[in-house]
Parts: sequence; structure tokens; C-alpha cells
Amino acid sequence: MKFSYYPGCSLEGMNKAYDKSARAVCDSLGINLAELSDWNCCGASAYISIRELRAHLLSARNLAIAEKEKKDLVVVCPSCLTTLTKTNHYMAEDPKLRQTISKALKETELQYWGSVKVRHLLEVIVNEVGQNEIKARIKNSLKDLKVAPYYGCQLTRPFGEIDDKEFPTILDTLLFWVGAKPVNFPVKTKCCGGMLMMTNEDVALGLVRNLLECARENGAECIATICPLCHMNLEAYQDNVNKHFGTDYNIPILYFTQIVGLAFGFSRQALGIEEELTPSKALFEKHLEVIR
Amino acid sequence: MLLDRGQQSVTDVFLEDVYSIPHGEKIKECIQCGTCSASCPTSYAMDYTPREVIASLRAGLLDRVLKSNTIWLCASCYYCTVRCPSGIKLTDIMYELKRLAVEFGYVEKSAKAAIVSKLFVDLVDKNGRIAEVPLVSKFFLKTNPFAAFGMMPRAWKLFRRGRMPMIPHRIKGASELKAAGAKMEAASTPTEIKAERV
Repeated sequence: MKFSYYPGCSLEGMNKAYDKSARAVCDSLGINLAELSDWNCCGASAYISIRELRAHLLSARNLAIAEKEKKDLVVVCPSCLTTLTKTNHYMAEDPKLRQTISKALKETELQYWGSVKVRHLLEVIVNEVGQNEIKARIKNSLKDLKVAPYYGCQLTRPFGEIDDKEFPTILDTLLFWVGAKPVNFPVKTKCCGGMLMMTNEDVALGLVRNLLECARENGAECIATICPLCHMNLEAYQDNVNKHFGTDYNIPILYFTQIVGLAFGFSRQALGIEEELTPSKALFEKHLEVIR
Repeated sequence: MLLDRGQQSVTDVFLEDVYSIPHGEKIKECIQCGTCSASCPTSYAMDYTPREVIASLRAGLLDRVLKSNTIWLCASCYYCTVRCPSGIKLTDIMYELKRLAVEFGYVEKSAKAAIVSKLFVDLVDKNGRIAEVPLVSKFFLKTNPFAAFGMMPRAWKLFRRGRMPMIPHRIKGASELKAAGAKMEAASTPTEIKAERV
């Protein structure tokens, strides 16, 4: 399985651990990820808040490069997924937009015919690799590690191509396959506040608190994340939540790729575990048979 | 009277823009049921809830919405968009309102979300990618330099874990992409008014 890989800006910066663990897991599963050449920022929700057409041009450039490389595009950040998919759909649906963007692309010696499919790594692992191949690679028992599967917003919304828009189960399934125990987590697609953590901290802290509280109520020992921004808000601001609300949450936050990687026998270092600000050490003392 | 695009009212400009977005015309079909407001995780803190945004539009009071905190509290969670029984893409409408508020100078200087979005745009245009350190540090310098001190412990922890790369990566196609974008924008601007505002 060969794909063009779009890491996104966040995975180059504060969330390198996601990139590290995603590459490790893909290596092990025979998913060939070749980084999209000279990719640019997708613009996320910020660029389109200021400029509409140029936001679509950002995505279209990445799609055009992927088309040139003749592969589908695999992304890991749900915000990149939604942004790139939106441009892909809107260019297909709206001839005027397609014309305008194509003209601008031409200036950069690129063209886009609309043939690229944007896919999320989680969906590729579950649907393309499948249960048997995944189970065959398990080396460590996760001993029914109780995980709250947190999807966040933009993996399934607005397009819902991967799973149900409000109550997806695809991550639950994968966690179950690798020997973890997904707990009931009714807030699995509720918002973490995203960028509001920078601009309206009070509001965002309240949203993060709801997630942490629900995870604790349901007996989760850690929360599995898919989105670098959700991850950041949950682990780097858990302290602030405690200060703000007088709570005492101490819930480790792990990327789903880190949990899968642990089951596959990768070392914590190889997966970038313990780069997060909410310590996960206690979890490993209790759970994993082989700690390296 | 604030500046407008070719003497049109802000409502007219808004509708013209919204109708040009795929599925934009659905806004006419709002039944004021309030599903959007009830689904919104931040509506409790908004001056006008999403339902009230459309009610204001119909009452000719869109300028109040553009000045309010509502549009900058939208975190793009898309709950309203997927639940609206009339198929209105409310998140796209929020983006349009943000763009208009900035273009027409309705944004207060203190609107942090507008500031961060503009910094984001500048950095993407310059480098083709975003690096978090310049974005966050510029943001705090502009909004509240003292808050930066409060950020220090977290910044230090992130730095020690190798999570704060200081030098942004600049893509090869950055200037070409920026030039193509600027040219497209100039060609698609309906009237002469596109001066830098705010």
C-alpha cells in the first residue's frame, strides 16, 4: 500500500510524537508513506476565516502535488482532513470555483483534475489492513487497558465519510483489536475548544474539563486521541483545568498510534511517549508486560 | 457608516458572498428551530446564538452580529452543520461572517481570534507552513505580553521535550504560491475596495 503522506504543520512542531508513532506503526503494517513533496499548510480553520479563495488554493496545491505523485493522500490531523476534503468536494461541485483555483494553480505550474482521495490514517489501518494482519503483529499484551476513545470534531464532521458523524466506533474497534478495552465515552465527538485555548481560555478549559470528567466517570485509565490539537489541549492544559476548577485530574493522553505501537512492541521512546506533559508512567508500571 | 463594497449594504454583500459558497442558498430555508444553538458547545458564551445570527440577518441587524463575540467563539466543530434540518452549512457561514467582519472593519482591536487568524495567514504566506513558536509568541506580544510570563513554565517543559523547534521551515514554492494567491485575489475582487483595514 503506497500513499503520499501529509503530516501537517503541527506534526513538525509540538506534536512530533504523533508523526513518530504513525510512521512506526505504518512501517510495521507495510503501509508505505512517502512524504508529499514540498507540501504547504492546509490553512486549517484560521486561513479561511480571513480569505476564502486563497484558503482553497492552499489545499488545491497539496492535492495537485498528490495527483502528480499518482497516489492518494493520507493525513493524520483531522483538521487537515476536513480542510483538504472540503476543497476537494467544493472544487468538484462548483465549476466557477474550480475555474478560479485552476487558473491560479497554473501560475505555479500545477494542475488538479480531482482524482485524489484524501484519507485518514485511522481509516486506512482499519479498512485496508484489517483485523487479522493487525492481530498478527501484537507482541505486548495491553492487559485490557481501559481507554476512552476520543474522536474530536473533524474526523467525522462535516462529511461523515469515515464513520457516523456523532457516534463513530472505528477507533473503538481498532483499540479492541490491539487488546485494549475501550470504555463507554458518550462525549467522544464533543469539542475540545481547539484554537479557543489561545483566544478564549475560560471557554476552552470548560470544554476540556467535560471530557476529562467523562473519561474518569467511565473508569478510563487514559484517553486515546486522533487530533494533535485535541491532544495538546488535553495533555498540556490539564494542569490549567485543575487550577481553574480546583479539580485533580491526572489522566494520561496518548495518540491512538502510540497505543497501537505499544501493542506492536515498539519502545516508548520510539513512539514519543513521555514527551507529553501529563505523565503516563504509572500506566506502564501497571499494565505492560514488557517495558523497554 | 463603515466602508462597504461598491455602495452595497453589508447585508447585500453578505448574501452575495454566501450564495456563492456551495450550498450557500440553503440559508433561505432556516426555520428558526434552534437546533444549531442547542448543539453549539460555545453558544452559552455568545452574544448572539447561531439561530439569532440568522434572525438578525432577517431583521436587518447583521452589523450587530459582526461586532459581537459570536463569530469568534465558533471553534469549527461542525455540530450545527451536520444537525441542521434545513441543510444550512452554518460553519461556512461563520467563516463568511469572520471574513466580512475583518474586511469591513467591524472587529474590535481586542478580538484575539481575529488577531491570531491574521498572524496565521501572514506566516503561511511567508513560509508556506506554520510554525507554532513564532505564531504563539507574536500572538502574545500583540495581545498581552504579560501573559507570556505565565506561559513560561509550559514553554520550558515543551522545549525540554524537544517540542519547540525554533526555526520555521520555508517551503520551496512559498513565494510562487503567495504570488499566485495574491493575483487570484486581485482578479476576483468585485470592486476597488480591498485596502488593508483594521
